[in-house]
Amino acid sequence: MAAHTQFSGGFQNAPVDAAHAFRAAMTVMARPGEIRSVSGCQPPAPLSVAAGVLLMTLCDPDTKVHLAGATNADAVRQWLTFHTGAPLTDATEADFAVGTWQALGPLNQYRVGTPEYPDRSATLIVECDDLQQTGPKLTGPGIKGTAHLSLPDVRALQTNASLYPLGCDFFFTCGDTLAALPRSTQIKDRG
Amino acid sequence: MTDQTNIAVAKRQEWMGLLARAPEDALMPLWDEMNTSPGFEWLRRPEVGGVMVRGRIGGSGAPFNLGEMTVTRCSLVLGDGTVGHGHVQGRSKRKAEAAALIDALMQTKAAGAIRARVLNPLAQQMQATKTARAAKAAATKVEFFTLVRGED
Amino acid sequence: MYVAVKGGEKAIENAHAWLAEERRGDKDVAELSIAQIREQLSLAVNRVMAEGSLFDPDLAALAIKQARGDLIEAIFLIRAYRTTLPRFGYSNPVDTGEMTCDRRISATFKDAPGGQVLGPTFDYTHRLLDFKLAAEGEVAPAPEGQPRSGSTPHISGFLKAEDILQDEPASDAAPGDLTREPMEYPATRPLRLQSLTRGDEGFVLGMAYSTQRGYARNHAFVGELRIGKVAVEMEIPELGFAIEIGEVELTECETVNQFKGSKVEPPQFTRGYGLVFGQSERKSIAMALVDRALRWKELGEDNLGAPAQDEEFVLSHADNIQATGFLEHIKLPHYVDFQSELELVRKLRREAEDRISPKEAAE
Repeated sequence: MAAHTQFSGGFQNAPVDAAHAFRAAMTVMARPGEIRSVSGCQPPAPLSVAAGVLLMTLCDPDTKVHLAGATNADAVRQWLTFHTGAPLTDATEADFAVGTWQALGPLNQYRVGTPEYPDRSATLIVECDDLQQTGPKLTGPGIKGTAHLSLPDVRALQTNASLYPLGCDFFFTCGDTLAALPRSTQIKDRG
Repeated sequence: MTDQTNIAVAKRQEWMGLLARAPEDALMPLWDEMNTSPGFEWLRRPEVGGVMVRGRIGGSGAPFNLGEMTVTRCSLVLGDGTVGHGHVQGRSKRKAEAAALIDALMQTKAAGAIRARVLNPLAQQMQATKTARAAKAAATKVEFFTLVRGED
Repeated sequence: MYVAVKGGEKAIENAHAWLAEERRGDKDVAELSIAQIREQLSLAVNRVMAEGSLFDPDLAALAIKQARGDLIEAIFLIRAYRTTLPRFGYSNPVDTGEMTCDRRISATFKDAPGGQVLGPTFDYTHRLLDFKLAAEGEVAPAPEGQPRSGSTPHISGFLKAEDILQDEPASDAAPGDLTREPMEYPATRPLRLQSLTRGDEGFVLGMAYSTQRGYARNHAFVGELRIGKVAVEMEIPELGFAIEIGEVELTECETVNQFKGSKVEPPQFTRGYGLVFGQSERKSIAMALVDRALRWKELGEDNLGAPAQDEEFVLSHADNIQATGFLEHIKLPHYVDFQSELELVRKLRREAEDRISPKEAAE
């Protein structure tokens, strides 16, 4: 059946799929270093399944989305608009941004919140080639002892953590897996 | 070419608006009588949501948020690839599905039959209701006449 | 201090069961249907839609039935329901100039183009109880006139043509939304209007009345009052154009207010604006008066210290769900709170008694 259009690839059962995805997103954000896999939708290339599921779950007409680099393609724009209604914007106004680490940077262009409303900050969905529980050492809220996560740029993320309670939060996505790094996590380079 | 597209858009706006505003009790009997059930796949299953309605200060000034209204929407694709969207007032998923199917079929060869047997009678019914109210309003229009005019 | 305690589940369950029975009332009397409430108590339905901030007559009727006719409780139910709805987006601003008017009157221009159309009004009834309604009976159909099609121009347009009415500059600036961001003061006029249109009718009426009685008097005339239906249009991203997604009944009131001029404005007529879901005439006039009173700063008027000029006072107390929530919570158990108060008062009492008769205490 010729059902493949710019409008296909959404959640088949939105309430249940989104609830599972939200649980996964919440778990990885609450426990930095944890990796979970998600499913339920087929986003157009170059978005990974995990990034697509996150966008479908977290975005709506009230959240501004920045598509960085190659993700800023017609197919992605149409898919996102149809399924979430989220308005597209540039990096400086984004509530959510998605792309590779290189495409997303520099970090200092994103909103970090205000002292009254630290929540008015951007959440970055970083598409990675690889996602492993190895690499820099993480400590802080939600981590029993220490955890490890393959991070793209330790120094930049340390700078972000130093802004706490302001700062950005991060999801890292690879295929159908995701992990997260909130601003409250302390990062130490290995060694 | 552009004119053609504009005409097509205007026509689609007209039937989608009609379907959105139509009372369910008026639309469904006409649609059921068509007895058409083309195969389709959901692109977005019917979902009930809210739309924030805006007004303008003084009727023409800056916009402000007035309050929400309920809307049900869905999208589907027919076997031949034609996409139909339904956005209708209220909370009826049945009505949204009918609206999306009609929207899709109106882009196919079935358009003539749908227009004649569903859209036209529906528009007539709704216009008749509207005219009846306008007639009652007209009967309450005040006709002033001067009783005594002061002479000076 | 709050301490969780358990217990009372059975009592609560039984209370709910009794509530359901009381709601139904005497079973020998026919049960009300949602359609009956929607059709025959339509002004109550309108109020619930306006203050519940959700246009859906069937839902409002259901809420009224469930709340046993307690309108604030019904509004509470609607507010709770609307928080469960995904927000599809914002409509284009409705064009009230294109309203199909059931009623349209002006207190300032007798011969307004389009005419003075009374509509189904209570205004000229004698307010005598009609005992015929106590007996069921058919209603004679209302007389019909020659229906007029075409739009009804706003009265304000005529004054504007003479350049004697303060202008309301058009804009497409996205207004703030108090259902998304908490109110901050000073509030913009769009936010004030959103707050007033969903505000408690009694409260807004009281505030408006205070301006008429002399607390920041602003000499309002009803330039125009209209009630009718307008189409609601929204941009649909996947279509790439706007379509009508339905229609809503609205009451719109524009006041014109005498204005002698100020440091920043020439003598002219200024305006207050009311726009409310449904046929809600009293509310929309009151809203326009309060809107005008709150505009003192931008029009360069003096702050007379009147309650209706104090936007934080007006807007923070206009919402009956916030108000009733805070008010009614004090009837819920505060046993531990009260124990500590009790201890304190007993202690103070002992100390006071000791001071009065120190000798006895010393012995």
